[in-house]
Amino acid sequence: MCLAIPGKILSLEEHFAMADFAGTQKKIVVALLPKIQIGEYVIVHAGYAIEKISHEAAQDSLTAWKEMISEGLVAKEDYV
Amino acid sequence: MRMEINWDHLSVEDLSLSKEIIAKIHKIMLKIPNPIAIMHVCGTHEYTIAKNGIRSLLPKNLRVISGPGCPVCVCPATDIDIAVELAKREDVILTTFGDMMRVPSTTYSLLELKARGAQIEVVYSPHDAIELAKNNPDKEVVFFAIGFETTAPLIAFELTMNPPSNFSIICAYKLVPPAMDVLLKIPHLEINGFILPGHVCAIIGAKPFEEYPKRYKSPMVVSGFEVNDMLISIYQIILQLYNKTATVGNSYTRVVQYEGNLQAQSYLEKAFEVTDSFWRGIGEIPNSGYQLREKYHKYDAVKKFDVHVDSDPKMPLGCSCSDVLIGKITPDKCALFGKTCTPQHPIGPCMVSHEGACKVNYMFRDI
Ligand code: SF4
Repeated sequence: MCLAIPGKILSLEEHFAMADFAGTQKKIVVALLPKIQIGEYVIVHAGYAIEKISHEAAQDSLTAWKEMISEGLVAKEDYV
Repeated sequence: MRMEINWDHLSVEDLSLSKEIIAKIHKIMLKIPNPIAIMHVCGTHEYTIAKNGIRSLLPKNLRVISGPGCPVCVCPATDIDIAVELAKREDVILTTFGDMMRVPSTTYSLLELKARGAQIEVVYSPHDAIELAKNNPDKEVVFFAIGFETTAPLIAFELTMNPPSNFSIICAYKLVPPAMDVLLKIPHLEINGFILPGHVCAIIGAKPFEEYPKRYKSPMVVSGFEVNDMLISIYQIILQLYNKTATVGNSYTRVVQYEGNLQAQSYLEKAFEVTDSFWRGIGEIPNSGYQLREKYHKYDAVKKFDVHVDSDPKMPLGCSCSDVLIGKITPDKCALFGKTCTPQHPIGPCMVSHEGACKVNYMFRDI
């Protein structure tokens, strides 16, 4: 439920952004991070960016995330 | 317990770090005379621990127990009954996170109800529920709003953006810090320290937990979700116990700030006020839930449709979820575990959700 996965901000438009999740692009809500910039990494929970993270941290979490998908514990669409 | 460790997913550096931390944990536990129990309150933490067999690598006198960290599991049957009542209405489309679909209520699960023709849609984001309301102006779209502090700000934000009048929510959010008080007071449970949920703390920060270590001399550490995050957090807790200190530590600084996400908190403050809340399997916990502020009452589905349910909040017969949720027993000690209760045929809520201790432990059990 509280799973959050990292994505990179590609473009911004008001409260929304396009973000890249290891190759999958998706529209997300960034209203909870008013200062976020293009090119920065965020962790995303249920379609909403909840916190900014560093690039290295993003890579780390992505590994854990892929693993959970491969275990069938989460469907990617469920949480991106 | 599995002794074979398959940590192929860790890099060589990560693996050597893991070994190093485990060695440190063993060394320090030799100097601690009493058995130690550390509780986590997060389904994703249980996943990391069970999958990587972390328990089998720890000293015998150190137990890591799973607490009420699965929002689906602690959602009372009464709230599910409310969702069921609403979903029965012809004018309503009920929207929910997927995990909620198979949880047993006192009558039907939402999945059974959908099979009988009710309009129930699984959404992965509250935003989708609002889009659905916009696209179906002749219907009422109700969102089943469950979760902890990680999830609540999403709806809080949406409500401040004037969603359409045919949108409303069943407000069933739970707050983690007040549960600490209850867990630390359960007789004979004697928890020595807590691993705090990283993404709850991303929103509320480490600060709201500060009062508990002081009051109960029980150290707490905010943790991420990787193997090494968990090991470091465990190590930091026992180090504090050894040094006889009790503070809130943070081993997840790459995400969590001490004050949390202030913008998210301001949305929470705008939309909700704190209220007492009933946790399935545990009971009423003071100040552990949210209700909508008066300004947003028009989005409260229970008020809007005047729903009344009168259900017994007990667990299904024979199910030990109440004890599993507070870490009193491990899932395999339930007589039904893996026998009549499996993920294909769940009897209690802890076997349904991906974050339920029973389901996670069933997936990674010894075969
Ligand atoms: S194994 Fe099933 S019946 Fe037993 S506690 Fe877990 S969910 Fe309840």
